[in-house]
Amino acid sequence: MFQAFLIKYGEIGVKGKNRYVFEDALVARMKQVLSDVEGTFRITKEQGRIYVEADGSFDYEEAVAALQRVFGIVGICPVVLVEDRGFEALSGDVTDYMRRLYGEEKKTFKIHTRRANKNFPMTSMEVNAELGGRLLEAFPNLSVDVHDPELMLHIELRSQICIYSEVIPGPGGMPLGTNGRSMLLLSGGIDSPVAGYMVARRGVYIDAVYFHAPPYTSERAKQKVVDLAAKVARYTGRIRLHVINFTDIQMYIYDQCPHDELTIIMRRYMMRIAQQIAEETGCLALVTGESIGQVASQTVPSLAATNDVCTLPVFRPLIAFDKEDIVAVAKKIDTYEISILPYEDCCTTFVAKHPVTKPQVERIRRSEQALSEKIEEMVKEALGGREVIDIT
Amino acid sequence: MEAYLDNSATTRCLEQVTDLMVRVMREDYGNPSSLHTKGVEAERHIRAAREFFAGSLKVNEKEIYFTSGGTESNNLAVLGTALANQRAGKHLITTAIEHPSVQNPLKHLESQGFRVTCLPVDRAGVVSLEALREALCDETILVSVMHVNNEIGSVQPLEEIAGLLKARERKPLFHVDAIQSYGKYRIYPKKTGIDLLSISGHKIHGPKGTGVLYVNEKAKIRPVIFGGEQQKGLRSGTENVPGIAGIAEAAKACYEGLDEKIDRMYQLKERFVSGVRALDGTTVNGPEGRAGAPHIVSVSFEGVRSEVLLHALEEQGIYASAGSACSSNKPAVSRTLQSIQLKKELLGSTLRFSFSFETGEEEIDHCLRELERLLPMLRRYVRR
Repeated sequence: MFQAFLIKYGEIGVKGKNRYVFEDALVARMKQVLSDVEGTFRITKEQGRIYVEADGSFDYEEAVAALQRVFGIVGICPVVLVEDRGFEALSGDVTDYMRRLYGEEKKTFKIHTRRANKNFPMTSMEVNAELGGRLLEAFPNLSVDVHDPELMLHIELRSQICIYSEVIPGPGGMPLGTNGRSMLLLSGGIDSPVAGYMVARRGVYIDAVYFHAPPYTSERAKQKVVDLAAKVARYTGRIRLHVINFTDIQMYIYDQCPHDELTIIMRRYMMRIAQQIAEETGCLALVTGESIGQVASQTVPSLAATNDVCTLPVFRPLIAFDKEDIVAVAKKIDTYEISILPYEDCCTTFVAKHPVTKPQVERIRRSEQALSEKIEEMVKEALGGREVIDIT
Repeated sequence: MEAYLDNSATTRCLEQVTDLMVRVMREDYGNPSSLHTKGVEAERHIRAAREFFAGSLKVNEKEIYFTSGGTESNNLAVLGTALANQRAGKHLITTAIEHPSVQNPLKHLESQGFRVTCLPVDRAGVVSLEALREALCDETILVSVMHVNNEIGSVQPLEEIAGLLKARERKPLFHVDAIQSYGKYRIYPKKTGIDLLSISGHKIHGPKGTGVLYVNEKAKIRPVIFGGEQQKGLRSGTENVPGIAGIAEAAKACYEGLDEKIDRMYQLKERFVSGVRALDGTTVNGPEGRAGAPHIVSVSFEGVRSEVLLHALEEQGIYASAGSACSSNKPAVSRTLQSIQLKKELLGSTLRFSFSFETGEEEIDHCLRELERLLPMLRRYVRR
């Protein structure tokens, strides 16, 4: 029954003179996601609102699901469009709308009319009052509540008339591409895909780096990361995934450094490598799924020791999240089921039995000196030999 | 160089098998139930296949049924006989090392009010006859025992088991999962006293999705799939004609010079086992030499995680499996390895290597060479 959607967006409204940049980015992303949906869609910007109109038949469920993955959208209102044939006709159309959607349900309601077409013979207040009366007559179970109605019926008088009353929540956030690009350290776990999603939700394009350690990690572990990236990419658009072969570096660290510091030193090299790719590819920040205290390498001293090698800003959107909150988001974005598949990642294979939880930066730096002979060459080789996979 | 040593997971389809299947799909594509010539042509393939399997097992043609694979054959054998004979009794017997496609239908029956006894095996993975004798009772309607175990290659004493069953006043049905043994042993169900026998196509260089169940004509069995009453109503569904032609063609190839093929596989096994024993920190599990199957060797490698070794070998083009491929989607600890009381620390350090008549000596040698090189390297990187 719906032929169009009215798109509500939140924060963009307050961006002053830059507003068109945000709106254009939002429209561009909407076009992109709707191109995969069955149907033909027209997107128009009009007086601070965005309308999606379908030409002919379309897959309603799919269209809503697609729009729910567009950052910046706060609400999606399914709209019925009718021709302006005067108030009597409108009254019939609205009665019809109410009957089809709510039948004889008992509800309180309020009508909100917006008169964009100033040629309409009645004022918006008049439409509210007159239409309200008609509805009360037609539906004995309805009653008016102007302060806290269960049902808010919107009538927009434009060249055509829009009728809508439902708001399907969108993901919120900011339109993609309005905040540059960042490099996500993506593992096979639950956290990093969620971190990527959350930063992307603020309008940031995401690329990713994965550290592969054959034979300690399997082809399937890599496939798992590709699958996770594909799930996240449904929200974030294309993700360029850089796969780094990390085995030699890991083994070199294992041979040269104290074992209780392995994980920290390993993570410092992951950060260094991710940072180099980021700088090479125009990413302005790193993103990790770290959360305070979750594991030995994520205590505050450990985070500080890892951060020591970073010159780019590191975004850690999950830093103060509890695990169950992270899991809830992972389930929402459909990465959880993949994340819990039981393939080893490189961190678990090489982890020491008793890793340090209070590393001292100075000591770690000294330990790393044992790597000075070959490490630069190895990092260079790992960077040069990386595999790049574009995931959409 | 490549060494495919995972033939108990699956085998490569033979060229003559795929050629024939393509021809059947393109030319003899009729529905075998159709009355016209196209149907008759298709039916001819089924009849020929039935003839071959009946001949190789020395049973009657009408006792051969085609299924979608080993799992379906085992399910039909277990569920079908339990349902058909439950009035006579509700007791079923099996072993601790059966494949999940036998264990799980039994588990389902248990939830439906049947009683299941699971027989233990010894350290060589062979079932205890004494335990079987004790478990048998007047209520027992089915005994299901695999011929060759898929993980360690142990061989069950089918004749002795059948002997115990025959001695009963009311003989329970005897089902044998021969999925790992058909094409490696000469099996004669009638002579031995086996009532039901499962075969899978893709373990013998045939296509996946194909299987055979032999059902003694005197055995009472009910269908578990219902439909158009094909195959005398026991297994409804349009017959998979190309698959049936394919599995028969593959079986024929296995039986061509079968004794020489078996000898050759034992030689490969010997070559591999003696090579592995020469390496430090290795244990070969399961029965020795000809007491075990010709094509399966289970080896535990001290101080090396099986998954890591598997992937390290894979990098050298060598394919083996950790546990059995059928259950490796969930890396749980193998029940079979637990049943033979393998040391705890070796449970996660065990690989299975499995051969076929197509396996070359150079593949074995390549694998041994790489094991010798890789093991010391992998043992350096352990948790400390």
